[in-house]
Amino acid sequence: MTLLRPALVLVLALAAITGLAYPLAVTGLAQIALPDQANGSLIRDAAGQVVGSRLIGQAFSRDGYLHPRGSAAGQAGYDATASSGTNLGPMDPRLIARVAKDATALARSQALESAQGSGTASIAPDAVEWSGSGLDPDVSPANAAAQAPRIAAARRLPLATVTEVIAAHTEGPALGFLGQPRVNVLAVNLALDALHPPGASPERRS
Amino acid sequence: MTWTGWAEIAFTLGLSAAAGLPLGLYLARIWQGGATWLDPILGPLERGLYALAGIDPKAQQGWSAYAISILALNAVGFFLLYAVLRLQGLAPFNPLHLGGMHPALAFNTAVSFVTNTNWQAYSGETTLSNVSQMFGLTVQNFLSAATGIAIAAALARAFAAHRGDTLGNAFVDVTRATLYLLLPVSLVFALVLVALGVPQTLAMRVDAATLEGAKQALAIGPVASQEIIKQLGTNGGGFFNANSAHPFENPNAWTNLIEEVAMNALSFGCVVAFGVVSLARREARVLLGVMLALVAAAAAAIYAAETAPTPALASPAAQAAHVLAGPNMEGKEVRFGASSSAVWTAMTTGASDGGVNAMIESFTPLGGGVALFMIKLGEILPGGVGSGLFGMVVMAVLAVFIAGLMVGRTPEYLGKKIEAREVKFAVLATLILPAALLGFAAVAAVLPAALKSVSAHGPHGLTEILYAYSSAVGNNGSAFAGLNADTPWWDTTLAIAMAIGRFGYIVPVLAMAGALAAKPRLEPTAGALPTDGAQFASLLIGVILILGGLQYFPALALGPGVEHFQMQHLIGR
Repeated sequence: MTLLRPALVLVLALAAITGLAYPLAVTGLAQIALPDQANGSLIRDAAGQVVGSRLIGQAFSRDGYLHPRGSAAGQAGYDATASSGTNLGPMDPRLIARVAKDATALARSQALESAQGSGTASIAPDAVEWSGSGLDPDVSPANAAAQAPRIAAARRLPLATVTEVIAAHTEGPALGFLGQPRVNVLAVNLALDALHPPGASPERRS
Repeated sequence: MTWTGWAEIAFTLGLSAAAGLPLGLYLARIWQGGATWLDPILGPLERGLYALAGIDPKAQQGWSAYAISILALNAVGFFLLYAVLRLQGLAPFNPLHLGGMHPALAFNTAVSFVTNTNWQAYSGETTLSNVSQMFGLTVQNFLSAATGIAIAAALARAFAAHRGDTLGNAFVDVTRATLYLLLPVSLVFALVLVALGVPQTLAMRVDAATLEGAKQALAIGPVASQEIIKQLGTNGGGFFNANSAHPFENPNAWTNLIEEVAMNALSFGCVVAFGVVSLARREARVLLGVMLALVAAAAAAIYAAETAPTPALASPAAQAAHVLAGPNMEGKEVRFGASSSAVWTAMTTGASDGGVNAMIESFTPLGGGVALFMIKLGEILPGGVGSGLFGMVVMAVLAVFIAGLMVGRTPEYLGKKIEAREVKFAVLATLILPAALLGFAAVAAVLPAALKSVSAHGPHGLTEILYAYSSAVGNNGSAFAGLNADTPWWDTTLAIAMAIGRFGYIVPVLAMAGALAAKPRLEPTAGALPTDGAQFASLLIGVILILGGLQYFPALALGPGVEHFQMQHLIGR
């Protein structure tokens, strides 16, 4: 029984230090010094309403918006209380069929939009394969570039303008080699709306 | 594959090993009770804890007293966590009014966090309140890591001892590792993570109205304080279901780098500290080199596998639509891509961390197979904090013994004669793992109640089963996450497998340490095999690979092996 008191008291005391004092101290310091990041890097509209987090993907389906990747978070995707990947293995027939179907549909719509001339672009893997978290806030630059003609047509903007907006919200790898280049979908769509308010001209709906 | 990808892999691994050096030198002072610059703040706290708990910090323990103390601490930790999880509905900081976990899941989760496995049968954001995350999981993230560090300290002292009969004081070792190392490093880097975007708040949900007019609720909480100790302590249990693939846990390349370095640096540091305390720096350098070489090889193999064509991207329909044939992005985040995901996966499976930044279930057969093989090699590359070091020393003891048999030289390691008793304990430790792993997997592969949870067919399904038990026994905690692990069979058997993998290993290692401590420390003789050069490094690599290969080759061949050839056939190569 000589072990019981040391073990019991030590675990409870260390629990108080590491499980209460430590996380509450970090919370306090973070809330004072770094409130934006500590509260989820939220973006608010002019009225102060939260429109989302810079870090968390959200669903976009209108033609005038940059579309995010496929999502397995929750039933409808982009449920930020139910993060998840598809967990389909590379040989899974459901994965192979889904990618084939989505790629065919994408290629068809891109061919229509590029009738004005940019030719058939190749499709980036991230445009047809879904993310690990189901909440990926980014798409690859190639994925975004392929969507630019559709966005330009829907918003009746010159393609170059849309391409510029995408370029302005493209981030390269850290130090030039850590991670991959990426385009933040919500940031691009906010910039597009700022440039060209949603009510300014009728949008095609897909 | 690109040069930037290779540069990222080399830089990340190099930085984690380099960070291990100062951490290890500092850890050696902590093990030896030396002065640190934190003494003015933490000294009174440390002495107060001992007084409160009735611990005499000067009292030394033999191996059995040390082992019993460790088991007692872990038992109390288990009951505390189990109670927190079961009773979460009654506790404060629970704005969503989440109820307690059901008994099987609470049992599984409590064992999982006490054994440093951090297997996630639960989904953090829908199951756990902030009290459970902080006072439940975070506490065990610290204590299970400190347990591993304590045992590494005991083993180092055993080699340093000359006819000694004690290994140190388990209570003191756990307390000092927590207070002087894990807590200050976590405090600083938790704030760095917040600065880089990881949330830290007591709120649990934020409601947003999206640009397209939909509602989006964001799960949030005290993420940063748990994220850093999850990595630093090679725990790996995520705040969220998607673990470090979730943008709130790991929002960008910088947080990814910090989390990667955190999950290996301390394991390398334990090797450095071992070298200092056991007066064997040159030998420790060999152990470190072997760890680094093998984890680098694994990262390279996964990177190559994940950039190769896959059936989904290379199918005729996808090719007709001009889809680029690689990299495999299913289950990966755009900000990480193949290279960040590959190096992370090698480090997390080599280190018994188990956190993931991409979904391993969706990896190619070889990519997922290398991750599985890394776990099966015993979590020593560089392994969990402390546990990687003592696992590696067990391998070194076996390597000297085997070499001694081959060339007729006296088996000696770090000035200690390796004799029947030590080898028996080393073999016992290494046999417990495959026995538990393959035993449970064999039963699960034919038991209908177990097979109901398996999401894939054929060899991929077998890999799912093998991965689950490997992850549990190896105390890794990563998963082929398609497996529905929250059923009575899986909750219970995986918890038992985790406990066997942890305590069935620790106790023989401490027994071996006790036997080693009692021996005289000899000066190296010309008759002994040198253990500080390239020759011993290659011998050690051979023993690790052959032992792992022989034990698991049939299972690996039937799972990832078969699937790889099926995949090559399907994409017509």
